Order: sequence, then structure tokens, then C-alpha cells
Amino acid sequence: MFGDYSIGDLGSIFVMQGFAGLILFSVYVLMALGLAIIFGQMGVINMAHGEFMILGAYVTWMTSNFFQAYLPGLFAGYFFLAMILAFIASGALGMVVEWVLIRHLYKRPLDTLLATWGLSLILQQAYRSIFGAREVGVELPQWMLGSLHVSDSIEVPINGIFVMCLTFLITIAVGYIMYKSRAGRQVRAVVQNRIMAGAVGINTEKVDRYTFGLGCGIAGIAGSAFTMIGSTGPTSGQLYIVDTFLVVVFGGAASLVGTIASAFSISQTQSTLEFFMSGSMAKVITLLAVVGILMLRPQGLFALKVRK
Amino acid sequence: MNGVDMAEDNKQGLQSAFRRKLLMGMAAIPALTMLPRPSFADVPATSAINTTGLAVTDTEVTVGILHSATGTMAISETGSIESEKLAIAQINEAGGILGRKIKIIQEDGASDWPTFAEKAKKLLVNDKVAAIMGCWTSASRKAVLPVLEQYNGMLYYPTFYEGLEQSKNVIYTGQEATQQILAGLNWINKEHGAKSFFFIGSDYIWPRTSNKIARKHVEQHLTGCKVVGEEYYPLGNTQFNSVINKIKLTKPDVIFADVVGGSNVAFYKQLKAAGVDLSKQLLLTISVTEDEIDGIGGENIAGAYACMKYFQSLKNPNNEKFVPAFKKMWGEKTVIGDVTQAAYLGPWLWKLTAEKAGSFDIDKIAAASPGVEFKGAPEGYVRIHENHHLWSKTRVGRARLDGQFDVVFETKDLVENRIATRGIPPTEDIDVRRLFDW
Repeated sequence: MFGDYSIGDLGSIFVMQGFAGLILFSVYVLMALGLAIIFGQMGVINMAHGEFMILGAYVTWMTSNFFQAYLPGLFAGYFFLAMILAFIASGALGMVVEWVLIRHLYKRPLDTLLATWGLSLILQQAYRSIFGAREVGVELPQWMLGSLHVSDSIEVPINGIFVMCLTFLITIAVGYIMYKSRAGRQVRAVVQNRIMAGAVGINTEKVDRYTFGLGCGIAGIAGSAFTMIGSTGPTSGQLYIVDTFLVVVFGGAASLVGTIASAFSISQTQSTLEFFMSGSMAKVITLLAVVGILMLRPQGLFALKVRK
Repeated sequence: MNGVDMAEDNKQGLQSAFRRKLLMGMAAIPALTMLPRPSFADVPATSAINTTGLAVTDTEVTVGILHSATGTMAISETGSIESEKLAIAQINEAGGILGRKIKIIQEDGASDWPTFAEKAKKLLVNDKVAAIMGCWTSASRKAVLPVLEQYNGMLYYPTFYEGLEQSKNVIYTGQEATQQILAGLNWINKEHGAKSFFFIGSDYIWPRTSNKIARKHVEQHLTGCKVVGEEYYPLGNTQFNSVINKIKLTKPDVIFADVVGGSNVAFYKQLKAAGVDLSKQLLLTISVTEDEIDGIGGENIAGAYACMKYFQSLKNPNNEKFVPAFKKMWGEKTVIGDVTQAAYLGPWLWKLTAEKAGSFDIDKIAAASPGVEFKGAPEGYVRIHENHHLWSKTRVGRARLDGQFDVVFETKDLVENRIATRGIPPTEDIDVRRLFDW
């Protein structure tokens, strides 16, 4: 298939394809981080993860509209504020949901699947009633559009670079919170042994609520960032949920490193295959590979070793 | 949108229109008295116009609206519901059909195909509706079709679709694939000298069939033209960077796109981000209407060409009345896409057909449909073909920054559905290669 192209062409395509893979990797990590905390650390199967993301996207849309109407001079920078607001909104909703729904189900993790699925339907209809059934277009400041012109044939999407940086920062932040901070230690203690953690004086209820809120908040940031690359509508969250679970489960539920490794391997496989065959076929083969590996290694790529 | 305001607006609209009608009616009185035959005010007896037990009374006739108001498809189907309601309100305002006002029973298909079938059955069996305005995806139409045929109902189907179907019980008010695509391909070949095409679509029946038709046309009918790539992505795919790289590598003259739904938005945003400048790179799409641009954002798609039969910016007297009426009823910000307009045709075509047949009976409506003309269509004049599709013009529009299209081309004559006219049985296996020989 390469016969007709010059070496220069091929070289730049491989560079751009490399970037495409890295961008896909960042997107996967960003959407999976929130779930890695909620599903990985807390064991809650949160089917409404996509809807928390879309809440972030809608918050971004509203912020964008607000800036256009009242602060057009500051429009170039609205996106940063939008991401913070998205984090707060999704996180707050997550904490409410935890208090109303999830906390009653910690002993029945499978039931969380059904409950959060119902929640996702409720949220979708709520978005539809509030924001309308049609998709909304989020307007971006000029500097975030277009691409960096590296050479005549190499162009790197700015939104891709933005997502990469954002993913990097958030991964560092989550890594720090979970593994270096006191709060993270408490979370891990509660995950490993709830009763014991309670006995040594950790307020397990509070830890649960904040952890769930954190996971949802990160989903909100992801949703906000994805307004650059995807659609914002009541059911857009459904576009992400399958890939998100795939990444988290494949990586090994309780491991942050696993999530990153799995996002990397899935995204690279996917984007390389996509280049050599059709998109649908690439997806089929990626999924088959994941299923095959999970059959051999049901605990995922990286599993937390605990004494049973 | 403030619901109270809207109702208020509507009422005023109705009142002033009523006043106008009243005046017009009074002006006509002297003329009417001179006529020897009974005046228009005489309403035909129910027993004469309804011999099969449909829900028709002396003052009312019931129709069903069957779309997804909830679920994934609500994004697309909302516009159709809105324009069908507008058409029905206007028909009622103008005196109804055969002296009867239209009463609507609305059912929600909820983006679920078995639900569509179930609700269609409910509308036909329990409510005995005289016609159904509805369905959007081909999957929902295919689910409803056996129900329509079993219980003998009439469906007005608004979406442009892959074609290769024909039923006594369906009037297709949108374009089928050959009507929509061929003229556009010819135009871009002739006008822009485009020779190489790259097809990119979502992976399901409509894009695949449309692309098969387009490929056949490009390879056999346009001299010196070739297809340099054909790619499909699963519905809901959000990452298009790899295929965009492939497009950059193959450097086609035209990207021919039929990506749908949320994927559509992702595709155009990423195309823009990858530095593909649509003012230089030709892109012809058959899946982006004004509705879709709302979600995609005008800045991401400005410069692309879309090929269909209706654009909101169309300049003709019918459309200049239709657009303000639609906005008055559903809000200033709503946009009107191709399918929304096609949905608007349904109730009107049904009214005209019922008046031509002098009856609401399904069989009589089906038989009277061919040849029915609607001169008030926002897209211009349309006529029902013997194969129950519409004769309509095909147009190419160029997307603007504000989300509207500039119409840059329209076919001189009305375009017909070519497949069905060749007498190919609709149940035949869908192998376009075998069906086409032009």
C-alpha cells in the first residue's frame, strides 16, 4: 500500500500517526481515571460515568455562553474556569449520588451496576429536559482551534496537545493524592479493609463520599476537555462508557499504573490497526485481543496482590 | 423557552390568521352564492369517506405521530415531531381535511425498534389512526413495516434513506440514496474537476449502501474518476485521527462523508484540528444538515458542501413563509434541516391525497397517492411518484460560519427514485452492484 508514496510523505505520516496514538492514549487515560478511582478503588460499577462526563461538558457549554454574553474580552481563557466548574459540578453531584444511592449498596457491588445504570437513564432524560434533545455546540476560543504547523506535511492538532498536557497533570495529581497524601492512604485503607479502617479511627463514610466525588469530578473535567473533540448531547456519555470500562478492567481494577498501561496498549493497538485496516475491523481485533488476554489473565494486566 | 409565552404567541397567531380567514371567507360569500353546486362548507358524511372503521368522526380525524422523543434518536427526531405538529396546526387552521380537524395521538418510539413496532400496532389497532407520521431510522421503519402491512396502515416517512424499498403502506417524503447522491457527485466532478474520492462513513446500512451507490457512479459514470479509499467506523466512534492521516496521505480531491450522530461532531472537530482546511479541501457530505451543524459548530465545518434537497436558506415564497412559521412555533433559535422539512410535507401530502381520493380509506389513499402534487412545499414543488417516493430537486449547499448553507447548485428538473422505477422487487437482496447498470 506504500508503493505510491514518497519517503518524505511516509515519514511525516508515521510522525502524525504516532501523535494520533498518543492523543488516543491521553483520551483513554483521561476518561478512565475517574472510573479507575470509583470502580478500581471503591468497587462501585458506575454505569453513569459517561453522564458525569457530560455534565462537565454542559457546564463548559454554559460557561462558554456566559463569557460570550457578558465577558467577551476574557473569552480566550474561559476554558480553564470551565474545567474547574465542571470538576465542582460533577463532583458535587457525585457526592449527592453517593449519599442518596451508592452508600446503601457497598455490600452489594453488583447491585450498583443496576442502580447506576438507572441513574444514567435518569440523568440523560434530565439533560434532555433541561438542555433540549438536540446536541449543543460548544464554542472554543480561537487559540484552541487548528493545528501546529511543524512542517508542510506534519501538523499536530492543538486540542490533542491540550488533552495530553491535561491528562499528564491530572494523572500526577491523582497519583499524588492516592499514593502520597494522607487522604489517599485512608482511601486505600478503606478499600482493603473497611471494618479495620473504621476501627483505627478513619471516618469511612466521609472517605467514601469524597472518593466518589473525586472520581466524578475528574469525569467532569474529562467531559469538559472532550468538548474539543466530541459531541455534547444528552446521550453523548454513552459514547465513552464502553471504552472506559474496557481500559479500567483490562488494566486490573485496583491499579492506577494498570489503567495507564492498559490505556497505552489499547490505544496503540487501536490506532496502528486503524491505519492498516478499516476502523470497524480495527475495533473488532482490539476487542478480541483484550478478550483473549483477559481470559488468560482475568485479574487484568496489573493486579493488587492481597493475601486472601 | 418560556412555555407560556409560546402558547400566547401561538394563540395570537391563530387569532390573526383566523381573522384574516374570516375576512377572506366573507369576501367569498357573494361568489359562493352564485355557485349552483353545494358550497365548500358542506362536509361529506362520515360513512362515505370512512368505510373501514378508522377513527374518523363528523368533526375529527385522528393521526398518530410516532417518533423518538426520548433516547439517542431524540436528537434527530425532535425536529420531525415539531414540523409535523406545525403542519397539522396549519392544516387545522385552514379548515382541516374533508371538513374534519386533525387530532394527534403522539407515541414515543424511545429510540428502540421493537417499541416502534409495538406503538405502531397500538396506534393502528387501538386508536385506529387514519395515518401515521413517523419513524426516522431505517431500523425503526423496517420494524414498523410488517405491522403497517398486516393492519393496513399508512406511514409518512421523512428521512433520506438508503432506498431499495417500496411499500403500498408507506409514502417516503425524504430522498432515497440515488436521488440524493448522484447529482451531487456529478456537480462536484464538473464544477470542481474532482477526480479522486475518499469515502468515510459510520458502519451501518445507510452509509454502506450510499457509498456502494456512490462508488458505482464514480467508477462507471464519471470518466477518469476513482475511489481512493473507503472507511467505516463503528457508530459512536469518537476518534478519527488515524483516518484523517490516511486522508492526508492519499490526498483525495473530495472527501465524501456519511458519518452520523455523535461521531459526526467528533469527525469535523478533529478534521479542523488536524489542519484540514475545508476552504481548500473539497468535502461533500450527505449526513450534515443545519440540525447537525448546531452540534458540530459552524467554525468546524464552514466551507464543506452538503448534498440534499432542502436547506433552510432556500429562497422561494413557500420557504419564506415556512421558516418564520416554524420559528414562531418552536423558538427563534431552532434550525430546520432537510428531514425536518420532509416531515413537514407528510401531513400536507396526506391531506391533498385524502381530498383527491375523497376518502380516508387506506387503500384509496394508497391508490390516489401517485401524482399528488404539493405546490406549497418549502423545498418547492413536489409530486408523489408511482413508487411512493417524491419527485424532488437535489441541491448542493456550502456550509457557512453561522451554521446555515449557501445554495450553490440545484438540479434543473425534479429527480426521481431510479431504482424502484426499474421494477426491482423491494424484497430483493440488497446488492447494489447487481441492481445498477447505468
